[in-house]
Amino acid sequence: MPLEVRTTSTLSEAASLLQAERTARFLAGGTLLMRAVNEGDVSFSTIVRTTDPAFGRMRAAGGRIELGAGVTMAQILASRELAFLHPVARAVGGPAVRTMATVGGNLFAAHPYGDFATALLALDARLQLASGFGVREMALEEFLQARERGPRQLVTAVSFERPSDPTAFRFRKMTRTHPKGAAVVTIAALVPASGGRVSAARVALGAMAAQPIRARAIERALEGRPLTAEGVAAAVAAAAREGDPPTDALASAWYRRRVVGVVLRRLLLGEV
Amino acid sequence: MTRAIRLELNGTEVAAVAEGGENLLSLLRGRLGDTSPKAGCLQGTCGACTVLVDGEPVVACLMLAEAVDGRRVTTVRGLADGPRLHPLQEAFMDGFAAQCGFCTPGMLMAAKALLDREPQPTREQVIEAIAGNVCRCTGYTPIVDAILEAARRMAGRRGRVEG
Repeated sequence: MPLEVRTTSTLSEAASLLQAERTARFLAGGTLLMRAVNEGDVSFSTIVRTTDPAFGRMRAAGGRIELGAGVTMAQILASRELAFLHPVARAVGGPAVRTMATVGGNLFAAHPYGDFATALLALDARLQLASGFGVREMALEEFLQARERGPRQLVTAVSFERPSDPTAFRFRKMTRTHPKGAAVVTIAALVPASGGRVSAARVALGAMAAQPIRARAIERALEGRPLTAEGVAAAVAAAAREGDPPTDALASAWYRRRVVGVVLRRLLLGEV
Repeated sequence: MTRAIRLELNGTEVAAVAEGGENLLSLLRGRLGDTSPKAGCLQGTCGACTVLVDGEPVVACLMLAEAVDGRRVTTVRGLADGPRLHPLQEAFMDGFAAQCGFCTPGMLMAAKALLDREPQPTREQVIEAIAGNVCRCTGYTPIVDAILEAARRMAGRRGRVEG
């Protein structure tokens, strides 16, 4: 059945259309939505897209980084200022998918996808959401928890603080195929250290629940500890108790629980 | 609902009518008669439909057809210069870099995107550039070799022109 495509020149128009029509879905890069179209998903009859230049705009120079939700993985890889996020953007698809896949779209990617969202969660990102009534902000963590049942709003941008020490931001994705594959486990961690001890760590896990999650037990176990084999042992042990890992064609829940601590230890100790 | 669009396909202005929700691959193969991009998975996973839009690689199966209105699309059909094959095509032929050949159009376009940006790539860069292209005959080694060989030949030709 042919779909109706509505192209708006502004984000607020797009948000109003989405709110008014329950069977409308928003198209950013298309890597999720066009796949659904190709697979014959009939749960929507209208596609809304926008040509608003703000959607693809990046402000990456300062301490507070702001990315329009339509910024692509390729745009991030082309930005020298966002070098600390290059391993994350490179974890998404192959080059042809990265030209299309967006920051905003990644927040809606179902398990086992959503590597960029996992990194944004570790960076404590905040979202700008537009609805027919205006614009508001929301923490990414809150958004992800209510992703499936949340109100119909359009994510227009994400923002987060640049890590003051770029080596404090760590990212690792474990896959069964290389160099590209879907996640068995993805871990993003912000582990700032003062005097050799971790302080205020933020750790996020991908593919360990229906959506990316904060790993609070890991964070607590890292507090005040040095990044040594002994220092991270409690965090590694705590990793197996995080989340509710799904079983899929890539790995069983049992395997994910076994392996997440190994990946975490390698990430924190900088092991290959 | 349909939409009339215009695009530049392999250097020629063409007009087409896109069905609502139609993807670029369907537009190219079904309406514009360019069957050089292949329909593999229709999920963006196999890369057989890789084409260039404004010089950047995309998986045509996931691109909304009407989003290419006013843009420049290059498929493998636009790679050769008349009867003269592109150095990538020659190197693929000489190095037996195709077995069944189904992935070849996508491999060639992914490689073209790489060499346009990085004329002297490392082996790792080549592997990364075709990371989204699946060869189920698993003939990756000759493919990577052929891309590196094409880069060498193109550098040689540029050297001769400049010298």
